[in-house]
Amino acid sequence: MPKAKVTFADVDVTLTVPAGTRLIEVSEKVGAGITYGCREGECATCLTKVVSGAEHLAAPSVLEDQVLKDSFAPRGHRLACQAQVLGGEIVVKPA
Amino acid sequence: MVSSSSRAIEIAPGIHWVGAFDSDLRSFDLILRTANGTSYNAYTVRGETGVAVIDTVKESFAGDFFARLESVCNYGEITTVVVNHLEPDHSGALPELLRRAPQAEVCLSIRAPLMLKALLRSAETMPRGFRTVTTGDSVDLGGRTLAFLHTPYLHWPDTQCTYLGELGILFSGDVFGCHFCDPRLFNDRVGDFRFSFEYYYGHIMRPFRTHVAKALDLIEPLDLSIVAPAHGPVLRHGPRDYIKRYRELATARLINEAGGEKTLLVFYLSAYGNTRRMADAVRAGAETVDGLRVSLYDLEGVEPSSFVDLIEEADGFALGSPTINGDGVKPVWDLLSSLTAIGVTGKLGAAFGSYGWSGEAVEMIEHRLRGLKFRVPVSGLKVKLAPTDAELTQCRDFGRQLAETLTRPVSLND
Ligand SMILES: Cc1cc2nc3c(=O)[nH]c(=O)nc-3n(C[C@H](O)[C@H](O)[C@H](O)COP(=O)(O)O)c2cc1C
Ligand code: FES
Ligand SMILES: [Fe+2]
Ligand SMILES: [Fe+2]
Repeated sequence: MPKAKVTFADVDVTLTVPAGTRLIEVSEKVGAGITYGCREGECATCLTKVVSGAEHLAAPSVLEDQVLKDSFAPRGHRLACQAQVLGGEIVVKPA
Repeated sequence: MVSSSSRAIEIAPGIHWVGAFDSDLRSFDLILRTANGTSYNAYTVRGETGVAVIDTVKESFAGDFFARLESVCNYGEITTVVVNHLEPDHSGALPELLRRAPQAEVCLSIRAPLMLKALLRSAETMPRGFRTVTTGDSVDLGGRTLAFLHTPYLHWPDTQCTYLGELGILFSGDVFGCHFCDPRLFNDRVGDFRFSFEYYYGHIMRPFRTHVAKALDLIEPLDLSIVAPAHGPVLRHGPRDYIKRYRELATARLINEAGGEKTLLVFYLSAYGNTRRMADAVRAGAETVDGLRVSLYDLEGVEPSSFVDLIEEADGFALGSPTINGDGVKPVWDLLSSLTAIGVTGKLGAAFGSYGWSGEAVEMIEHRLRGLKFRVPVSGLKVKLAPTDAELTQCRDFGRQLAETLTRPVSLND
């Protein structure tokens, strides 16, 4: 199975995960500072800055896009409860 | 002399305090008490081309705020309203301020708009001119520049600080604040308020220790002559002392003592010694793994809240409780409900215990641990009444698994 390398820059932890993993599935385990609310892509509490490797995340769904827009998220931000890794190297940190 | 007249107080040339004193307040946010009330500190900054208002006050003190504000500017002069924090003790007069100064541009953090919408839910609509700002953004008021620092979770997602570089003034929001009410306002005039400063940190900021540390990384390099927080004294005498104190409070304390080892705490309660024997075995199993320091404590020995400090510094903890009347025992819940005072996300948690017939305690504790955002990678261990030798071996295995999980890098399967 393809793997991706995800770095949580705020705690400086990198781990290798299978493609398809959502950021939420690992960020709490490593103690990263991303905070979750609804865990369902509605509240934008988990807003996360993609420092690099944005192209290695699955494109946001229409719903995620809408929530990002409604919350006036700057470019390069994603919802960690939604964003799925595809491969390559990705660096993220809490917004 | 103590004066609480409704006049603005100048804190630097062209910079005024326009907040309010609330000397009757005794309990704040349900979690803090105060000895003499608090102040809601709002400020104005006058430049050559505009006036900025930084924060407002609790709604019931809007009258004092507007009276003070009117003593230093006209509403028409206000070009900028900075919202460092949306909690109602600072945003209470915001809707009315925006009605009176509709031309003002509202500057708030990138996390704030959705929260502002929810706060204004009923009557008000979102302000027309608002701008989300983050570190690197600034507002020019003509000879006075407000630069923004993105400092989330101090103590809400939306919090930020605002820095006036020309005068070295940091408008810090709740950070460096305290619930202390004294109209003499300045830290060199109000007397000793350290108890209140420390208490405020302990109850409001401590759960966000890692966010505090990141904010300090942004704040420490600044030239500072005054720190102007949103509550309590304005820190103009030795402002750096308060920043240093925050750094001390936000820094992990076991770094030297633990010398790079991981720390696992084992807590237990035991009426007849069964859960205690399990705890001893859990410890023995964990101790077979290198790079880990294990400590064992009886929860009956001390007030559970005393263990909060230990857990804050530890990498993981295992909690042993018998099942009594279908539940874990009260000191367990007392301990767990004391943990909101610290940050625990990502620490390892585990539960074990002896039971007689139904054995609910272990699952209930695990459920609560997960709710508190511990990771609980090793499933809990239950033993019916007295542990047999085989069951004590299971307890040692359980301890060893916890230790191994702590000493190897976190993986997806944890
Ligand atoms: C000190 C403090 C901490 C808070 N922490 C959280 C939190 O962790 N998660 C959350 O969803 N809301 C949090 N809130 C927001 C409150 O739940 C929110 O303001 C709520 O509307 C208050 O309801 P009340 O008016 O009934 O007190 C916190 C509020 C305060 C004052
Ligand atoms: S946690 Fe609510 S949107 Fe991600
Ligand atoms: Fe607050
Ligand atoms: Fe406050």
